[in-house]
Amino acid sequence: MEKIFKGPAIFLDRNDINTDEIIPAKYLTEVTKEALKPYMLEDLKLEGFDPRGETLKNARVVVTRENFGCGSSREHAPWVFEVNGVHTIIGQSYARIFRQNMFNGGMLAIELPKEDIDALFAFSQQGEVTIDVDVEAQQIKACCGGQCQDFSFEISAFDKALVQSGGWVEFADARY
Amino acid sequence: MGKTIAEKIFESHLRDEPFEGTKVLDIDRVLCHEITTPVAIADLEWRGKDRVFDNTKIKAVIDHVTPSKDTKTAIQAKMLRDWARRHDLQDFFDVGRNGVCHALFPEKGYIRPGFTVIMGDSHTCTHGAFGAFAAGVGTTDLEVGILKGVCAFREPATIRVNLNGCLPEGVFAKDVILYVIGQLGVNGATDRVIEFAGPVVDGMTMEARMTLCNMAIEAGGTCGICMPDRVTVDYLWPFIQNDYVSKEAAVADFAKWHSDADAEYDQVLDFNISTLAPQVTFDYKPDCVKNVVDLAGTPVDQVYIGTCTNGRIEDLRIAAQILKGRRIADSVRGIVSPATPKIFSDALAEGIIQIFMDAGFCVTNPTCGACLGMSNGVLAEGEVCASTSNRNFNGRMGKGGMVHLMSPATAAATAITGVITDARSL
Ligand code: SF4
Repeated sequence: MEKIFKGPAIFLDRNDINTDEIIPAKYLTEVTKEALKPYMLEDLKLEGFDPRGETLKNARVVVTRENFGCGSSREHAPWVFEVNGVHTIIGQSYARIFRQNMFNGGMLAIELPKEDIDALFAFSQQGEVTIDVDVEAQQIKACCGGQCQDFSFEISAFDKALVQSGGWVEFADARY
Repeated sequence: MGKTIAEKIFESHLRDEPFEGTKVLDIDRVLCHEITTPVAIADLEWRGKDRVFDNTKIKAVIDHVTPSKDTKTAIQAKMLRDWARRHDLQDFFDVGRNGVCHALFPEKGYIRPGFTVIMGDSHTCTHGAFGAFAAGVGTTDLEVGILKGVCAFREPATIRVNLNGCLPEGVFAKDVILYVIGQLGVNGATDRVIEFAGPVVDGMTMEARMTLCNMAIEAGGTCGICMPDRVTVDYLWPFIQNDYVSKEAAVADFAKWHSDADAEYDQVLDFNISTLAPQVTFDYKPDCVKNVVDLAGTPVDQVYIGTCTNGRIEDLRIAAQILKGRRIADSVRGIVSPATPKIFSDALAEGIIQIFMDAGFCVTNPTCGACLGMSNGVLAEGEVCASTSNRNFNGRMGKGGMVHLMSPATAAATAITGVITDARSL
């Protein structure tokens, strides 16, 4: 299935959002990704955030701050995003394991410098922001009410290959 | 230019560099538990690749929720159990022989200096205490590890943490690591290895070094690591005595992994431990750390002693010394979970279990249980737990619960008074 890295964004204005907040441990007894679907970000501590709200339901992209996905190694965190149609996270920095889990599953954990993240958050004050990522060109187009801003990003050759080849299992099995 | 221990391990295990900056390493130990492995097993089956690269290098345990508490956890345990049997895993630990992974696998002698270790568990960094490169990974990395015995990493830079001076009376490895995390911050070591060195580490037992390395991930670190030395050899001796003519020979051999004097570090931090006081966390991040005295008097509902951080025999001894001849406060529920069956039976033989029971503690079987809010001591909304574990995240031990991380000594003292207490004041 071709993944599209495009859609409305939800803005989570906090550092250090951890994997227990993204998917609490009590749901780790599930052995299918689909079963995780209702629980995305259920324990997120963020004022005004509603894990049952429409903004989250419609979101295809998450924009956040520093050290996103810290804590547990659970790949259930990327999976709960995946089964809810969120294939792209844009943040200032990530915890290593979470970042690798995203790329290993063929999803995006894009790092942008603080100025760009600030600009995106400022943009979100004007209304709903839609984001379109061109992985090959390493470009992000963020649009809000007819106005658009462009950002470019760095991605390692390996992570790019994982996203384009459908993930680490296929890549590794073909090569090793 | 000299090399760090991590660089030496990377160099000796390098299988491939598919792209600049990406190192694919051969893995010596792929460790598995029942929470993150079943999904990998199911995916391998679905792909028609239900194979293992080497059934002597893969070790598996049921530890997070055991014995199973409901149908779902029973299915997870069964998936791991069936898979271990199907592939004839030499080392699989089921009910009765199982314990918390990061306590059990080292105790069995599976971790050696210079090894590469992965596990679908963030606290895999614990095993760096043996001078191994040990990293927590997700289920996909675990899956590839099971199938091919490899894992890809960006070569991490190293932060050297020199622990100078000596540990004051009543201050322990847990206090040291909480303090270091408070200094580094939860993001301070991301994509870095934390190398622990200096006289304080040299003087530590393997148990204490494991406590230190266990929480490297709480500063974002890929791995915590200590230089393998005489203490390492003494611990591993029953498992390596046929490989070396003497302990001295083993010490000399392990020294080849030591970081060179002219190795290059991303940062070198020096901490004087001689003036350190017992530490405790507040709030919901492990870098929110204060002296215990600053939080003294905070009431708690539950005291939890156990986990891969502080559920080892040494930890139980420290707590028992404080609990001996005393009773815990009526307002407190005390729970102790020795981390492995061996620790449990040693504690029994030493009379430690009796001390805990006489003090009013509930003694559970070895399991992660309450540490991640899955069983055996989950908190209710608004409850507070004094815990020897490693994470105080919001909801970690139960939705709406608050966790204060501390050493076994502080936890034992807190159990007695019912409020956060510096054990030295009792
Ligand atoms: S004891 Fe806690 S931190 Fe350690 S492996 Fe188990 S759940 Fe994870």
